[in-house]
Amino acid sequence: MQRTSTEIWVGIFILLGLAALTMLAVQVSNAGGGGGNTFRVTAHFSNVGGLNEKAPVMIGGVRVGRVGDITIDRESYEAVVGMDIDARYDNLPADTSAAILTAGLLGAQFIGLLPGADDFYLEEGDRVEITQSAIQLESLISQFMFSQGEGKEQ
Amino acid sequence: MKSLAALFGAIGGWAIAFIARLGSAFLFLLRALLGAARSLPRFSLIIEQLYALGVLTLLIIMVSGLFVGMVLGLQGYYQLVNFSAESSLGLVVALFLVRELGPVLGALLFAGRAGSALTAEIGLMKATEQLAAMEMMAVDPMARVIGPRFVAGLIAMPLLAAILSAVGVLGGYLIGHGQFGVDPGVYWSSMQNGVDLVDDVLNGVIKSVVFGFIITWLALFEGYDAVPTSEGVSRATTRTVVSSSLAVLGGDYILTALMFGGL
Repeated sequence: MQRTSTEIWVGIFILLGLAALTMLAVQVSNAGGGGGNTFRVTAHFSNVGGLNEKAPVMIGGVRVGRVGDITIDRESYEAVVGMDIDARYDNLPADTSAAILTAGLLGAQFIGLLPGADDFYLEEGDRVEITQSAIQLESLISQFMFSQGEGKEQ
Repeated sequence: MKSLAALFGAIGGWAIAFIARLGSAFLFLLRALLGAARSLPRFSLIIEQLYALGVLTLLIIMVSGLFVGMVLGLQGYYQLVNFSAESSLGLVVALFLVRELGPVLGALLFAGRAGSALTAEIGLMKATEQLAAMEMMAVDPMARVIGPRFVAGLIAMPLLAAILSAVGVLGGYLIGHGQFGVDPGVYWSSMQNGVDLVDDVLNGVIKSVVFGFIITWLALFEGYDAVPTSEGVSRATTRTVVSSSLAVLGGDYILTALMFGGL
């Protein structure tokens, strides 16, 4: 009897541990979100600001994918952002535009897609042509300050 | 001149003793790994040790996890509410637990609760000449005693760390939702958006496997290497807790730098 109760307790322990691992994988992390069922679309920006890899790609506030990698184009020195879009959103028009937006005033940056009206859809390897770079708060502030200063002199 | 020679002698003797001990620890590791491989067919021995190392440590791990999660929920909320960022509470609690506290705190508790017991048990077996008696009967203590404990430690540690993290996340939820009214959907979704399966969860599991390896190895070695007297066993037990705790904390720094340092 002693040994069987030992085995029961060990079984409970192992099952608890596996349940905890499953919970960490399914409930706590984004399991399945970054699987193979995505397609890669690139976009060129003159400035990506503080955009990070794995930042969300959103349409109307709904996450449709993630930023895969951020590199520099060897010819134009523009930043090239590769976005992994979930395969179920395969009906994005080819003239969709991309903008780097900020969540809140100082929040994390993400890519907002604005669907166009083209009859053709974006596919693996396509490039989003219409882009809007990140707004840089410091250059905005300096522009504002200089314009204020010029206004007073005149 | 004579005192200078004595000083050199003392340093040299200490260094040689240290290196010899390091060498015997590694030789012991090799033999223990062989013993572990040979003990695999006798699974009932491993189950007995899983009970001693895992099940008996379960309660302290779960209670600690609950309170750590609740403290993280409290402290995280008090700080985040200053920036009206309490929606990130779930993310903060989960990242802390999965990346660091689950493996590290779990390992420290495991070293204190299970590692010390391992050392005391093996040390006492040696002091009462049970290990020698086994060898007399042509039973290899490496396969019969050390091996199953090694395997059980390797299995138990990651499971315990995962349980600590999971219970902690629930504890954070208890405080975040129950006391402060953070929306449950926001708590879980901020967690799912920010915690990555490979980067965070898997790296945490790898950490806990490494810690389990280190603690079980040190505990078994200290017991096997103990001076076979009651004082020697007590010293060995203390050394196990101290050295494996230090090894876990130092190893955690190295692992964190390797895993999350962008390498």
